[in-house]
Order: sequence, then structure tokens, then C-alpha cells
Amino acid sequence: MTATVPVPTTAALALGDDALVLSHRLGEWAGHAPVLEEEVALANIALDLLGQARVLLSMAGDEDELAFLREERAFTNLQLVEQPNGDFAHTIARQLYFSTYQHLLYAELARGDGRFAPLAAKAVKEVAYHRDHAEQWTLRLGDGTDVSHERMRRACEALWRFTGEMFQPVRGLDVDWPGLEAAWLDAVSDVLRRATLTVPEGPRSGAWAAGAGRQGLHTEPFGRMLAEMQHLHRSHPGASW
Amino acid sequence: MATAAAHRTAGTPAHDASDAAAGTDARQAAFDAAVAADERIEPRDWMPDAYRATLVRQIAQHAHSEIIGMQPEANWITRAPSLRRKAILMAKVQDEAGHGLYLYSAAETLGTSREELLDKLHSGRQKYSSIFNYPTLTWADVGAIGWLVDGAAITNQVPLCRCSYGPYARAMVRVCKEESFHQRQGYELLLALSRGTPEQHAMAQDAVNRWWWPSLMMFGPPDDASQHSAQSMAWKIKRHSNDELRQRFVDICVPQAESLGLTLPDPDLKWNEERGHHDFGAIDWTEFWDVLKGNGPCNEQRLTQRRRAHDEGAWVREAAAAHAAKHSGEHTGAVAGRTGVKQA
Repeated sequence: MTATVPVPTTAALALGDDALVLSHRLGEWAGHAPVLEEEVALANIALDLLGQARVLLSMAGDEDELAFLREERAFTNLQLVEQPNGDFAHTIARQLYFSTYQHLLYAELARGDGRFAPLAAKAVKEVAYHRDHAEQWTLRLGDGTDVSHERMRRACEALWRFTGEMFQPVRGLDVDWPGLEAAWLDAVSDVLRRATLTVPEGPRSGAWAAGAGRQGLHTEPFGRMLAEMQHLHRSHPGASW
Repeated sequence: MATAAAHRTAGTPAHDASDAAAGTDARQAAFDAAVAADERIEPRDWMPDAYRATLVRQIAQHAHSEIIGMQPEANWITRAPSLRRKAILMAKVQDEAGHGLYLYSAAETLGTSREELLDKLHSGRQKYSSIFNYPTLTWADVGAIGWLVDGAAITNQVPLCRCSYGPYARAMVRVCKEESFHQRQGYELLLALSRGTPEQHAMAQDAVNRWWWPSLMMFGPPDDASQHSAQSMAWKIKRHSNDELRQRFVDICVPQAESLGLTLPDPDLKWNEERGHHDFGAIDWTEFWDVLKGNGPCNEQRLTQRRRAHDEGAWVREAAAAHAAKHSGEHTGAVAGRTGVKQA
């Protein structure tokens, strides 16, 4: 039996886990996308995020030990990124919410001189593409057919309650969190409006969801995702790949 | 291209049947001369109907193989045992989707459309390489596919870089560069397993045992049973026979298996000094034809997943088309027009 690696919650881990988990979810799309160009796009975004995750996790420790030998309660990603793919609209809504957040966050970190500035400067260019991709699809689906509009509306509503968590301050990140939140709300509201969608009215966090992922409290599908992700690595303790 | 110009000028309007026949004869002669001179046939050149049909069939089958071929490998993305391997595998599957895109584009230069070709794939009227009807049962299969399946594909495709049809030849140059990289990665994955723990070594050997013979079948039926070979070689679409390429592949693999520290599952495999080649055992052609007929381990599964992805994505493609129709004339940003959706 492999012992779980105990880890402190650090900023590198929080950002690294976000990227790792969303990358994994996007990887589940391979071979299932609605059109061949999206096979390329989703895999491409997943690969960018995995690259970011590897840099960030390596700042916190050994990337593979952290990815494969921690249990659910030790992961500090946002609950948003662990949400199952659902239909294409759910994947796009999740991507819109997260890439807008990540883009604004990394832009701010890149402007600073903290330890994340070099990574953020590189990643912000990638994330600009992710954000553009998510925005374009939000417009196409929201302002496409009646069916796509309804699906996009439902996806935006369903994921809304996971968005508040993104603005819980992360220790070790010198960021204007209220400013980040305001900028995010403006940007997302604008895209939704142009997509003929309305900004969801529900709460942006429940008592349970707010900041919970960052504290290692996750949603039920996450454990199953980790089981699949870690199974092979854990079956061969100490092996190299 | 001088001869291509000749093809086009040969196409003068015909006034009666005999003129038309004479025109066709002249165009056929110009085409034959271009092929004989190793010149490239380009999309706007005249070409025989059968040449066009053969190329559509072959390029479509090749494109379909790239997208169906994503499935056995994508099967392991979520279980890859290290982040480095996961990144490599994701990049590889992404490349395959890209190869599918190049190849559908090449096929479209012959007057067909991607929609039409996908429809033929989904309805079983066009085929894909039967190698993808075998399951990936362990992580080592990802390495075996890289080494053997991509290796066989490269052996097949490098001569296609000199194929008489320009767009296909140029697509192959790009595809082969990336395939060669994938093959090395597969080899390197197997090497890590072979030199790893006893369990990892056994996993690698088991995968090679399962993938070796199906890889040899990738070169197609033996020369005397290959219905398209002679004509394709005359048209310089193919440059070598199936058996010739298969032999070349075996000769390449034997020393590679040796450096991997793995054995190939063929007791009859041995060097033949007289021929300057390796002799190898008999291929089970019954299995080959059986898989080709749709009775392989995964035929049903592969096609079902492909159809499902397409069907479940219909509303997305319709949305993109509807949005484009509403906003035609506007510039909606960097990715607009890259959705691959044609307006009906």
C-alpha cells in the first residue's frame, strides 16, 4: 500500500491542481468531439493545461507523486474544474468560466515580480487562446439554434454556483481578489449578453462550495476521476515509466 | 508544370462524338505521359475516372484510419502512468486528428466532401485500417502501437510521398514526419518498460506478442490476392507491392526488437543469407479477412463510438452553421471560420 503524500496547501499546488484536473477532464473528450477541429482544439487546450500543471506541481514537489499518490482530500483544485464534461455546452461553460478567471489571474501575476511571474507570462498567451475558443463557442451555441441556446443556458446555470470559489484568496498569491472578481463578472456578463444569454441569478456559492475545493473538499464525481487517473501508477509502486 | 498545362489545353470543347473521343484520347495520352515522366497530377488536371475513384477510396480510408485510430490510444489517456507520458499521448492523439484533417482536405481536392466521406464511413461503405479493430488492453499496448503500428504505417507511407497525385504526396510528407516521431516515442515507451520491473517487462512482451501479427497484416493481402495493386502501381500511386513492404518492415523490426530486449512471437523468424532477408512464418489470412469483414474484436465498438460522437455532435454543428448564417459578414474573432462546419 502506498502511503498518501501529505502536502501543505500552497499556491503552486492550488493552481497546479486546477490545471491538472481540467486537463484530465478535457482529455476525456478525445475521440468523442462533435467535429474533427474540436478534437484538435480540446486536446490542444488539455495539453497546454497539462504543461502548466507540470511546471506548477514541480514547484511544490515531485509532479508524479503529487498527481498520482495524493488522495482526494489532499487535492486543492476548484470544484469547478472537476465537474464532469456533460454535453459540449457544459464543457464550454466550464471552459468559459475558468479560462476567463485564469486569463485575468495570470495577467495580473505576470505583471508582478512574484515567483509565479515567469510561468504566468508564458501561460497567459496560451490561456488567451483558450478564452477566445470558449467565448466563440459560447456565442455560437447561445446565439445558434433554439436547441443550442437552451443547452447553453442550462450549462451556464448549472455551473454558476461553482464560480464564487475562484475568488477566495489563495495564500501566497499577491492578487487584488475583489478587483479580479469584478473584472471576471464584467467579462463573463458581456460574453453571455452577446450570446443572447442572461447572467444566471442563482447564488455563486453555497455554504459548502465556497472555497471548499481549495480546502480539499470535493464533489462526488472527483473520487472516481482520481481512481481512474491514479490506478495504473499506484499498481506499480516505485516503477518508472 | 508543363504537362499539366497540356492536359488543360487538351480539353477544348468538343463539337461531336468523334471530336469528344479524340479529346479524351488526347487527355488520356497527356495523363499517361505525365505519370510516366514522374510528374505530379494536380487537382485541376484531367485524370481518368478510375484513377480519381481509386484515390478517393484510398485517401478516404487513410483519413478514416487516422480518426478511428484515435480510439485505441485515447483509451489510455486518462490512465497514463506519468504526466510526461500523458502529455506525449495527448499530443499524439491530437496529431492524428490533424492528420485526419489534412487527408480529408486532400480527398476533397478530388471533388468529394468530408461530410460525404464521413457518411460512407458511418454507413460502412468505406473502410479503415483493420488494425484499429484490436483492443488496447494494457499500457504497454500504447508503446506497441507506436513502435509496430506506426512503424508499419511509415513503411507504407514513405513511398506515398512520391505518389503521382500531388495533394496526397504533400500530405504524406507532413504526416510521415510526425509519424516517425510517434514511432520513436512508442519504441522509447517500450524500452522503459522492458528495462523496468519484471511486471513491466512482461507487460511489454505481452503487448508485442499481441500486436506483431496484426501489424504484418497492415500491409494488406499477399500480392496474388491484392485486387488493386497492379493498377495502383501502374498509376504510380503505389510504388511497391504489399509483400515487398512487409518484408522491408520485418527486416527493420528484428534488430529493433533485439535492442528492446523483447522477442517477436514467430518461431519461424530467421535470417536467410541467400535472400538477404528474414524468413518469417505464415500469416493467418483467415483472421485478416474475418476482421476486414467486420468480425474483429472491436469493429462494432469503434464504429458505434464514431457514429455516436457524430450524432451527439449534430446539434453543435447545426448551432455553428445557424450562428454563421446569422452573422455572415461580421468578423466574430480569431477562431471564426475554423469550426469545420459548412453551411447547408
